[in-house]
Amino acid sequence: MGRIQLKQVKKSFGEVTVIPPLDLEINDGEFVVFVGPSGCGKSTLLRLIAGLEDVSGGVIEIDGSDATSIPPAKRGLAMVFQSYALYPHMTVRKNIAFPLRMAKISTEEQEKRISNAAEVLNLTPYLDRRPGQLSGGQRQRVAIGRAIVREPAAFLFDEPLSNLDAALRVGMRLEISELHKRLKTTMIYVTHDQVEAMTMADKIVVLQAGVIEQVGSPLELYHTPRNLFVAGFIGSPKMNLIGGAEAEKHNAHTIGVRPEHIEVSDHEGPWRGTVGVSEHLGSDTFFHINGTGLADALTVRASGEVGLNRGDTIFLTPQADKIHRFDQQGLRIG
Amino acid sequence: MARAVTTQRKTINTIIAWTIGLLIFFPILWIIILSFKAEGDAIKTPIAVLTSGWTLENYGVVQERSDYAKHFFNSVILALGSTILGLIIAVPAAWSMAFVPSKRTKDILLWMLSTKMLPAVGVLYPMYLIFIELGLLDTRIGLVVVLMLINLPIIVWMLYTYFREIPGEILEASRMDGASLREEILYVLTPMAIPGMASTVLLNVILAWNEAFWTLNLTAAKAAPLTAFIASYSSPEGLFYAKLSAASTMAIAPILIMGWFSQKQLVRGLTFGAVK
Repeated sequence: MGRIQLKQVKKSFGEVTVIPPLDLEINDGEFVVFVGPSGCGKSTLLRLIAGLEDVSGGVIEIDGSDATSIPPAKRGLAMVFQSYALYPHMTVRKNIAFPLRMAKISTEEQEKRISNAAEVLNLTPYLDRRPGQLSGGQRQRVAIGRAIVREPAAFLFDEPLSNLDAALRVGMRLEISELHKRLKTTMIYVTHDQVEAMTMADKIVVLQAGVIEQVGSPLELYHTPRNLFVAGFIGSPKMNLIGGAEAEKHNAHTIGVRPEHIEVSDHEGPWRGTVGVSEHLGSDTFFHINGTGLADALTVRASGEVGLNRGDTIFLTPQADKIHRFDQQGLRIG
Repeated sequence: MARAVTTQRKTINTIIAWTIGLLIFFPILWIIILSFKAEGDAIKTPIAVLTSGWTLENYGVVQERSDYAKHFFNSVILALGSTILGLIIAVPAAWSMAFVPSKRTKDILLWMLSTKMLPAVGVLYPMYLIFIELGLLDTRIGLVVVLMLINLPIIVWMLYTYFREIPGEILEASRMDGASLREEILYVLTPMAIPGMASTVLLNVILAWNEAFWTLNLTAAKAAPLTAFIASYSSPEGLFYAKLSAASTMAIAPILIMGWFSQKQLVRGLTFGAVK
């Protein structure tokens, strides 16, 4: 079981409030991602759940019982750190065995669980090596191995992939998702990378300055962002935000249109601009359009290669049903 | 980008480094050479000294006249005793300063270091009186305590910088893995801190071994270590260079040998924190 509830949880360091009182419910077996820009309090929130930081107020419940003042060692949670935090003086086997040794589990059972974990994570050939002799990806696997052997109530991941190179990151992303499908254990995952959040999460929690901006499934956040911050944060490239007269036409203070919801034409469309920088990804091309008079630059996503060059005049048509409207406070209308 | 180093430049650097090294080592080398010369030859010009004959006589005389073993034993007791006592006090202190620092931690560290700036002779008189009052004059225990206090700031500083290098996340990981504070210290922190503690011990043993001011002023016969053994050859009867050199060589030999074998560990400990 791994149901975690935060009730009016608050954290301040001295005079500075990092997390104002906040409520959050994480259901058993859910894959929850905390996402937000650096310094938004997402790691602090995770460390509060882990018990590595003390709350300044409020209650943390794990499986219905108050865990607020229980030390991290007794909360039954496992954590994977950004730096992997492996024990450099122990072999991979001993690293993975450490939590079992601390839990006084019999040597026989330890062996069984270690070889299981090693097999699942492709670590069997490396069991007698030390962390220093492993690559980044392998170290990450050892850290995950150390977390899974103790069969925790929930896994906590603190930006676990940010030290890996891009290709490895995609691979590990899939492995972690795979692991979640198989273990069905609650996972809480912190990242600043919204692509990781979108691809892995059952539920995303978007944070800014310690405040939860929105909680929802990846597609809920994509289709119905609750406010301007979430609208701008979720989705890549970012949503185009347009104010002024154009927004007023839609009875809004600001309107937002995602780059993939704008159609491009060389002869007709309500918005007109000139092509600036274009980014060619092969499968897609991102055009930055200047001189529309709507915003500094609009980003447009075209499928495949489109024969447009810098300086060309271009006409844009936003898909009418994909326009997001926001009021003066930046909150979603409708 | 690495700077390109030409062969010529490398040669010049090597020559400079060797010259400085030899200059620093020369006095010690000269003492060792003099110790194997007859007393009459030892006061001649350097060239004459080098060309004169060799002898082991001085070592025999020194051994006959004073008890090397007793002084050696005292030096060992003082060096090891003060180091162990220092560690017992400094480990918890450095531990708490590195892992649970307060607003005043930096101030305390600097204040501790500032005591090293005081000339020792400034407190000789009060210390001497305290030693008389407590009956500690010429006792090993008294000197162990004094040498420990003198080197304590250095031990605390070294351990502090060393502990600070241990990533906090690893300790947190052990906490998440269910380790109690005792298990965290025993299984995770200590093994990781051992190289640093080893360098600290080595340096402190060397410092305590070579300490002369307090050992000379607070001992007479019973607790006198090798520093007093050397000093006894530079006194009233006039100067006996060869015998003084033999006594010095015997006194520094143990620490020199120890230093030679542990130089890697020592250098690493001393540069730790500065070079990653």
